[in-house]
Amino acid sequence: MKSSTFLSIFVGGYLVIFFGYLFGPLILMSITAFNSSQFPRVAPWDCFTFEWFGELAADDKLLDGLGNSFIIAGGVVVISVMIGLAGALMLTQVWPRARPWYYTIVISPILVPGVVLGISTLLFWDRLGVMVDASYDSVFYNGTFLTVLGQSTFISAYCMLVFISRLQRFDPALEEAALDLGATHVQTFRKIMLPFLYPAIGSAAVLAFLASFENYNTTVFTIVAESTLTTVLANQVRYGINPSISALAVIIVALTIVGAIAHEAMRRREELKVRRGELTDTSSAFGNFMQGWLSGNPAMILLMLVFVAGLGTVWFSSQYSAGQCKLDLREQKELLQQRQGPDIFLPGSDAGSDTPALEDGATDGGLDNNSGFGGVFDPNNLEQAPTDADTPSDGEGAGAESPGSSTFGDVFAPDNLNEEPQ
Amino acid sequence: MSAGVGVDLKDVWIRFGEFVAVREANVAIEGGEFFSFLGPSGCGKTTILRAVSGFLDPSEGTISIGGANMAGIGPNKRPTALIFQNLALFPLMTVWENIAFAMEVQGAGKKERRRRADELLELIALPGQGEKMVSELSGGQRQRVAIARALCAQPDVLLLDEPLSALDLKLRQHMRSELRAIQRQVGITFIYITHDQGEALTMSDHVAVMKAGVIEQISDGQTIYDDPSTAFVASFVGENNAFAGKVSAISKNQATIDTSVGKLRGRIATAARGTINKGDEAMIFVRPEAVSMSGTGTSNKIKARVRTEEFEGAVYNVFLNTESGEAVKLSAVNQGGARAGSPGTEMTLSFNAAQAVVLPRGELASE
Repeated sequence: MKSSTFLSIFVGGYLVIFFGYLFGPLILMSITAFNSSQFPRVAPWDCFTFEWFGELAADDKLLDGLGNSFIIAGGVVVISVMIGLAGALMLTQVWPRARPWYYTIVISPILVPGVVLGISTLLFWDRLGVMVDASYDSVFYNGTFLTVLGQSTFISAYCMLVFISRLQRFDPALEEAALDLGATHVQTFRKIMLPFLYPAIGSAAVLAFLASFENYNTTVFTIVAESTLTTVLANQVRYGINPSISALAVIIVALTIVGAIAHEAMRRREELKVRRGELTDTSSAFGNFMQGWLSGNPAMILLMLVFVAGLGTVWFSSQYSAGQCKLDLREQKELLQQRQGPDIFLPGSDAGSDTPALEDGATDGGLDNNSGFGGVFDPNNLEQAPTDADTPSDGEGAGAESPGSSTFGDVFAPDNLNEEPQ
Repeated sequence: MSAGVGVDLKDVWIRFGEFVAVREANVAIEGGEFFSFLGPSGCGKTTILRAVSGFLDPSEGTISIGGANMAGIGPNKRPTALIFQNLALFPLMTVWENIAFAMEVQGAGKKERRRRADELLELIALPGQGEKMVSELSGGQRQRVAIARALCAQPDVLLLDEPLSALDLKLRQHMRSELRAIQRQVGITFIYITHDQGEALTMSDHVAVMKAGVIEQISDGQTIYDDPSTAFVASFVGENNAFAGKVSAISKNQATIDTSVGKLRGRIATAARGTINKGDEAMIFVRPEAVSMSGTGTSNKIKARVRTEEFEGAVYNVFLNTESGEAVKLSAVNQGGARAGSPGTEMTLSFNAAQAVVLPRGELASE
């Protein structure tokens, strides 16, 4: 008994940690999308806001990249599904003897690093372009075209795996039966094989779309002068981010949840069809499926709740305005400053109350920076430094009075370097 | 029986690499008859069927349907329709769509197809079930849909590959008579593959018994049962008690065999007449139902001890051992009277020479 309770506690704890590890970052990031702070953060919560979604919608570069991503994903879906289907048919139906080496060839792009695929696609078409003396706006240097080709090399292999697993469940007697009843090979494919493959075509298309949409390491090379969502995001991260990226993340997570629910629903429905042999009456089958599905899968119920919560949030946003909260926050800050101002500067000159920090560096550095980091991040630090440097006659005294007198001492004082040569 | 289209196999050999699946098959199937290939699994009977339907080509020899050589003609161009062992009904289509598939691929309109499907549903006694999915039907119903689907193609020859093997006993017996009735009704040639001798004997006009790629005997059911041409056929079709020995005397159509249980006399099988001589290794076969417990009246007597007894309802079987250790089986009609007795009881069995068959010694069926 004892060991079993210990075990269940241990397993429970492990699950919490595991799912925390999986979903913690997503949840945190989603929350930052609703904080009015300029930097994506949760802890000092400023104001609940939707302004980052607005900012996102106004970001032309990002939207441009997003559009490109959709176009590329569409192209990849078309090419990959066709190549993957052809490959799977080749492997399972047409020429089973070629299986080992053909399989190796088609699967190998999955094993090759995406970076290599990207570079080699770029180089190949560049060389080809040089050979035929193509201009730079020809197809050989078109980022969208190259990216579709580059991504399709390995995404088509994913699709093929999906098709193979479906085709392995295909009863070859069905094909023979169709032929025996007088159907041509084309008719057999269209009337027997293709309907059987429809679900797999759907799965492969979704898989190809997602794989293309989120791809970065191949795309970054093949995209040339254009941009996709992932390359734009990577650039933004390099130059500093704001919570509009979190807003984008929220949208993507929401779409993923909706997609996952839809897919799971379809899968369950198919399962039910097979299990109950109810293929005709879709309406009642759907009712049954909702029942069986909801009772059977707590994770999906959870996702459903998240989805409902998302809808609720959208409704709330139409009723709520962040402007008032931000005004309140600013007022509070000003109030705090005003309240602190007179107390601090009582002994000093009255004129200094407008620009409190500049003259009286020591007192200001000590009292105004009530954050745990001392004066290090005080925006005035840099401004002060030149002031000190302007009056080098102060020498050591000025150094002691500089913001360096905070917890970090003089180490980071910008004029330390200046002082040495003196 | 109307005159249908016959099927002829001439010197057909079918090889898969080194393996010979069918060896020199010569079969002439008359138009409109119900013809069965009977044999244990792996004897090549399904291979013959696939060769007739066009899914594989014979390595040697010719197959002709209605006098036309079928070499190089694909399965979709042959006047045959095959009913698969697993039926191979299209799971994503309704019953009527399944049945009318052959018309669909010929480009027939939906109304026409539906009308024909309904006609065939009448024939197979499933009226009004056209809108159902195949998965909603029972095993026997699926069976009949498969037959209707094949008939819809209006084949000259219907090929059936053990279609009843997946059904339970009662249904199988029912389907046997139904298949026979349908065959009489449509009047086309049926070629039936089975390992179940009961199916073959009850339904067929002619039966070909196969063993390891070789056709051992082609004849009607009664002849195969009563006058087998090889030891294999004698032991595979029905049950038989077999005793091996040397021929000690031949008189007219009868031979005496010197076996371990004594001298036994039997009729020489038609196929062995003239080829069997005094001093040859031979076997004598006697059916369990021909063995009597009375021990009087005939010259063929065997002393045996009861091992077990089995009650089957209409008949009861007694399993005995002779003094030299051979197993003997005896079947008697249950008349509600006395039984053979408890294990260990010694008795003298007897049988008529006319009911025993003498054949040259050969390999027996392992079943």
